[in-house]
Parts: sequence; structure tokens; C-alpha cells
Amino acid sequence: MYVAVKGGERAIENAHRLLAHERRGDRDVPELSLPQISEQLSLGVDRVMTEGSLYDRELAALAIKQARGDLIEAIFLVRAFRATLPRFGATEPVDTGAMQVRRRISSTFKDIPGGQILGPTFDYTHRLLDPQLAGGFSPETPAVGEASATATPRVTDILGRDGLIEPSPAADADAPVGDLTREPLNFPADRDLRLQNLARADEGFLLALGYSSQRGYGRNHPFAGEIRFGEVEVEFMAEDAGFAVPLGSIALTECQMVNQFKGSATEAPCFTRGYGLAFGQSERKTMSMALVDRSLRARELGEEVIAPGQDEEFVMSHSDNVQATGFVEHLKLPHYVDFQSELGLLRKLRQEFAEANEAPQMQEAAE
Amino acid sequence: MMAGDESHEQARRKAAMAVLAHSEVGDIACYLEAIALPAHEDLREPEDGLVMVRGRIGGDGAPFNLGEATVSRAAVRLSTGEIGFGYTLGRDRHKAKLIALCDAMVQSDEFVAAVEAEVIAPLREAMIEKRNRKVAEAAATRVDFYTMVRGEG
Repeated sequence: MYVAVKGGERAIENAHRLLAHERRGDRDVPELSLPQISEQLSLGVDRVMTEGSLYDRELAALAIKQARGDLIEAIFLVRAFRATLPRFGATEPVDTGAMQVRRRISSTFKDIPGGQILGPTFDYTHRLLDPQLAGGFSPETPAVGEASATATPRVTDILGRDGLIEPSPAADADAPVGDLTREPLNFPADRDLRLQNLARADEGFLLALGYSSQRGYGRNHPFAGEIRFGEVEVEFMAEDAGFAVPLGSIALTECQMVNQFKGSATEAPCFTRGYGLAFGQSERKTMSMALVDRSLRARELGEEVIAPGQDEEFVMSHSDNVQATGFVEHLKLPHYVDFQSELGLLRKLRQEFAEANEAPQMQEAAE
Repeated sequence: MMAGDESHEQARRKAAMAVLAHSEVGDIACYLEAIALPAHEDLREPEDGLVMVRGRIGGDGAPFNLGEATVSRAAVRLSTGEIGFGYTLGRDRHKAKLIALCDAMVQSDEFVAAVEAEVIAPLREAMIEKRNRKVAEAAATRVDFYTMVRGEG
């Protein structure tokens, strides 16, 4: 039975009005501007773009402001917005090897062509709160160094030249690139779909799964072959122009994990790999993604599937924080009728229980 | 037109588009003021949309869908017939239209020299300067390893 209940419109309206008031906070405090969010909370913006699956700094900043800093709510807003625009097509695959590197480190080789470039990083900071930042702090201008003429090839490309690491799976011109925003998920899922899913997956979920795989739930003993962050050029094959037109550049973070060997009677042993890629400077995200990408290759690499991080259906079905929050948070919406029916059933069961317990007592009394 | 000329022109158009896509709309408009613009009409109304950005598995393997990006696009036709296309990341229809106009002018014998000299060249210079500054900032954070020598040599 479905019972329509009306009412609450004014309460909802006033609740939203109160929300807007609370969002603004103390009106004696200056209002946040979108450039302030985009420039000064840039890693939050990067996360919203990555998990919202939409590269647009200004929209992500607006979403963060509207969501009062609740990043999952902001991601939800961005996802909803993207549904309002037409899609012109897909870009040419970006070339991360040609990235204009802002940061690039390897934990496997000290001397890599192009060098170890620390860039803007929290690494090696002491994690002590800095009281200077509490008010009006103007940092020094960055130091400048001499640019190296050496290119910065991917570390995995260097390893690959000697055959020490497995090659990346080659493109199949006949196979369309899987797109989970267009077709429902089916299992088993190919690696292109898995990577798309992981790229938009919740960072905390991937962090926990990656961590679990390091601690022994699954087999992951990787090295961070390389982490790089910087700008890559994007081109789009414009049918009207008849050639791939430049669109500008986007900031990306890429992580290449180098994992334990694989080999067989017919194949020489070599390192295997896990891959992570995300919008903006998203280092923890791409490292976690690369760990989980590798552990999800268990089936392909003939490893025993014993842990959650190796189970693609488990990972891919629970990685999306918009879906997850929708299902968890729907519990707070009115379930009055459902609950009434449960309540009715429970009362009946309790009555039956009471009657069953009373019956023997009456029998005893009669004896 | 010979095939060689065509690819030469295409390379010139791509190079100009790359500079324009990297530039601020205000700067493009400002430099365009130096040119008496040709008569033109919208072939396609400027519009906002999305492109799916693709990466490659392992950086160099099969493509996969990373996530979308906002894009604006426009197309204009000069009264002399040249058709220009404008594409740029972000949501800036005016910028897309200015890029399309520049692209049309790059194909016009009458305007190519002016648009290259008055618009593309200064924007390219600013773009390279900005890029070089970022490269120099990153270069200052390059680690120079040295070996600690223990004892008396």
C-alpha cells in the first residue's frame, strides 16, 4: 500500500533558508570568493574534480562553497551538473610522458634522466601547525633553478627497454573504450573500465583497500616506480575542423607502481605494474589507485583471490561515494509506511510469543 | 592547393590554436583590437559542452576514460569564405568565438600576417615566459645527490 502524505513544504523551505544562512556564517566575516577556494584550497578542488569526474576548477570551487566544504556533497553537485551538458566526444589519449613536470619522484632509481623534482609537496614537512598562517602571511617568492635540457621519460619506459617490466596492454583498434557513464557495469570488467571506476572512486575507500593489500590482504609488495604531477596538453579530434585541435592543458598526477615478478616456463620473469591517474595534484589518490589496480589484476595474473581488494565486483560496486552516500543517506528519508508494516508484524509476533508462553502456564495451573 | 601546403597550413592553424587555448580571453580580445576585423558570421553559435578525457593504461598502453572536462566551441565564417573553428577547455563561449575568428584569419591571405604578428606572437611570448617560470621553479626543487665521504679519505 502506498500512502501519499503531503505537508512539510514550509518546513523544507525554511530549512533551506536556514541552510543558506548557516552556509554564509557570521556576516561580519568576509564572504569566500571562488578564486579564493580555487587558489587556496586547491587540493580540495582537485579532489572534487577527480571524483566528480569533471575537470573545471571554477565549478568545483562553486560546488565546495555550496556544499559548505563537504567534499562528497560537492562531488554530488558536480556529477549532477555534468548531466546537463552535451558531450562533444572523447579526447585523444593524453601523453603523460610529455608532461610539463612540476613534480616527479622515483623511489626505485636515484639517478633518473631529468632528475628527482620535489615540486610543491607536504613530504619532509614536520607536520607542525604553523601559527604564521593564522593571519596575513605572505610567503617568499619561489626559488628558481636552471631548467635541465634532459627530457623526463617515464621510469617504467626506462625499465621497459630492458624487458624488466611487463609492457602496457596494447590498444586494440577494434575494441571500443569502455565507458561506465554510458553502459551499466558487468562483471568481469576489463581494465579500462576498472581504471575509469577507480579514477572516480572515493579516495578514502581506495586508501583503505590499498593499505589492506599492503598489510597482507592480497599480494602487493610494490615500489613507487614514479609519481609525476604537471600539465599535459589535451587534443580533441574535431570532425568539423578535420584534425585534432588543441584544447589547452590540464593538470594531472600519475603513479606507476612496480610490483613483484611474474614468469612462467615460456616467459622470463619480469616486474608487473599498477597504474594510477587523476586530475590535479592527487598523490594519495593515484598511489592508492595504482595499488588497487594491481590487486584487481589477480585473476589476469593467476593469483588466488582471497582479499576484498582483489575482488573487482566488491571494489567497483562500492567505490563510488555518490552512489554509496545515496544509499546510506536515503535511510533518513521518511520510511513511515515501511516502518508501520514492520511495527505491525513485530506486534503480531510479540502477541503470538506471549500467547505461546501463557498457554503452558495455564496448563500448569490446571494440573 | 598542394597536399604539402595543406599540411603546412594545418600545422600553422594548430600552433595558433594551441597558443590561443592557453591564453586569457581578455588578452586575446585586447590584442585583436589592433586589427581591423573582417566581416564574419557565426557558422555555429558558441556553445558549452563536455569532452571525455582519455588516458592510457600504464601511460603508454590502451586508452581508458579518465573523466570529463568542460569545453566551449564555436565556428565562424568570414565574408570571404574562410571557416574558422574555436575550441577551448572551460566554459567561455566568447573565448571560443575569438579563437574561431583567429583561426579563420590565419587561413586568410589578407589577414594571416597581421593576426600572427599582432595576436599570436605576443600571446605565444607570454605563454612561453609563464611556462619557463614554472619550469625554473620546479628545477629549483631538483635533488642534487652527493656522496658522504667517511674518514680521512
